[in-house]
Amino acid sequence: MLVFILKRLFNAAMVMLAVAFLAFLIFRAAGDPVEIMANDQMSIEDKEALRDSLGLNDSFVTQYLRFVGNAARGDFGISYRNGQKVLGLIADRFPATMELVLVATILSLVIGIPLGVLTAIHRGRWHAEALQFVSIIGVSLPSFVVGILLILVFSVILGIAPAFGRGEVVDLGWWSTGLLTPSGRAALVLPAISLSLYQITLIMRLVRAEMMEVMRSDFVKFARARGVPRWRIQFRHALKNCLMPVITMTAMNVGALIAFALITETVFQWPGMGMLFIQAVTFLDIPVMAAYLCIISFIFVTLNTVVDIAYAVIDPRLRHATR
Amino acid sequence: MSDTPVLDVRALSVEFPGRHGTLTALDGISLSIQPGEILGVVGESGAGKSMTGLAVQGLLEPPGHIAGGEVHLAGRRIDRLSDRDMEKVRGAEIGAIFQDPLTSLNPLFSVGQQLIETIRQHLDLGRREARQRAVELLAEVGIPAPDERVDHYPHQFSGGMRQRVVIALALAARPKLIIADEPTTALDVSIQAQITALLRRLCDDHGTAVMLVTHDMGVIAETADRVAVMYAGRLVEIGPVVEVIGNPQHPYTAGLMGSIPELGARKPMLTQIDGSMPRLDSIPRGCAFNPRCPHVMEKCRTDRPELVVSGSGASACWLNDKEDVA
Repeated sequence: MLVFILKRLFNAAMVMLAVAFLAFLIFRAAGDPVEIMANDQMSIEDKEALRDSLGLNDSFVTQYLRFVGNAARGDFGISYRNGQKVLGLIADRFPATMELVLVATILSLVIGIPLGVLTAIHRGRWHAEALQFVSIIGVSLPSFVVGILLILVFSVILGIAPAFGRGEVVDLGWWSTGLLTPSGRAALVLPAISLSLYQITLIMRLVRAEMMEVMRSDFVKFARARGVPRWRIQFRHALKNCLMPVITMTAMNVGALIAFALITETVFQWPGMGMLFIQAVTFLDIPVMAAYLCIISFIFVTLNTVVDIAYAVIDPRLRHATR
Repeated sequence: MSDTPVLDVRALSVEFPGRHGTLTALDGISLSIQPGEILGVVGESGAGKSMTGLAVQGLLEPPGHIAGGEVHLAGRRIDRLSDRDMEKVRGAEIGAIFQDPLTSLNPLFSVGQQLIETIRQHLDLGRREARQRAVELLAEVGIPAPDERVDHYPHQFSGGMRQRVVIALALAARPKLIIADEPTTALDVSIQAQITALLRRLCDDHGTAVMLVTHDMGVIAETADRVAVMYAGRLVEIGPVVEVIGNPQHPYTAGLMGSIPELGARKPMLTQIDGSMPRLDSIPRGCAFNPRCPHVMEKCRTDRPELVVSGSGASACWLNDKEDVA
């Protein structure tokens, strides 16, 4: 088990080094940062001094290693746009995005898994088929359309939910949360639904397909022959065997959700990392863009590693194979 | 034969309605099993051996259903019970052993969890008592160090050991009847003998009746008391093993016996039955075996022979219809 974990961690580290290299390349591709930062009054010497102090005259490899070293310590430099520390900027926005993604993920599991089981075991009945049909719409509607429709219906027409912003926020020092205030929770509803709709339908369809597969297996038939009640077979024996791909997809998709959140955040003016990134792009704020790339990749890689390890915990066969 | 048979199947028919008409998978099967008796059920693939077992357990896959006949378990009719009521019969009164021990256990639960689940489903026992019983069951089916093995997962057992676990699961609530569907087919020959000996022992110790479904005449000869021979969804012969093997009454049974290799016997060549069993949608008129039968008569092509008792057995063949000949 330990060897297995170490191997996974090594893989993760290699991937992160590669990502850091790409992020580093952005700096070099986007032209001379000194020209962007400098104002008209600066002399050539001033610019050269600035270039030196930024370390831009060092060799390619030195610069890359310094970038990796700094990034590993959380130092992504300062924003070109307002001179603040990049990490601070992202740390400010991170809780907003994570809360949104977390709530959307929980929604998609809590709604998606039961719906998947339901549509599998009631296959052929009208309500299961109707859900299955509706889910196609869920999969195919782009999330910005869903977001705009939700705003139109619930904010503009019905006026029961806020259309933008994050509401009141409680600052816990290292984390600012909207979950503790009524306005914060209300503001979270529409973006979370809009973000999770696609996930719900995806998980529902996945669980349905897996359930139908597992329900045909010998051990389910044997459980029936042992007199285990039908509901217990469905929700205990079969569902547990379906969870592996669901966990994989959910964890992978948390990464995708953070990326999708970019669109949802723009639609709902949600002050998260996605919004920060969009602003950074418009201002060619490269340190922020590079940091965003690294952090999102870090989340992806961490999740993948956790999923691999979670497999081993759920499936005893993997657990023992790696001993 | 005065006491009530554990299983009494009367003229059981199973049909599968389909797009191209209804298929008759079982056609008027009648058989019974006494307490402590092992009834072997043999036949080629698709003859309806497993189907008979599934029909008795109420486990037919829809659209398959019982179209006629009755199933009595220890004097109680069970073919009309609802699925909920059958859940109380399955596992409790009828234990099941499946063919492939590799796939009949859920890989994500320890054998103890699966045993305890079955035990508590049918017996009113607490967690600890159920676990105790699970360990006893594992010991009974010959698993070494059962108190340790009870927490192991199916993949940690060998094929033969897994089949022992499956048998322990079948025994969990001390059923009156065990339906064993090809219990040895997926196992090594040396393990096969152990498993059949185990079945035999359990049968003798507890008076459990066993329906042993197999295509292996060797297993039948060693284990069963009586044997039922099936062909194309019909019963062609039933009787004590010694008689059916030594003096088969039906040409199909004779053909089956002729195809068993015997060590040391100086049979010049194994006989084989020409042709193959008809598909369910093209069973010939009259006797289903008539196109392959070496003794076929005109009557066989038109009239279906009924099962006729002769001595301690019964067979369905016009050759044995003495009155007609006389």
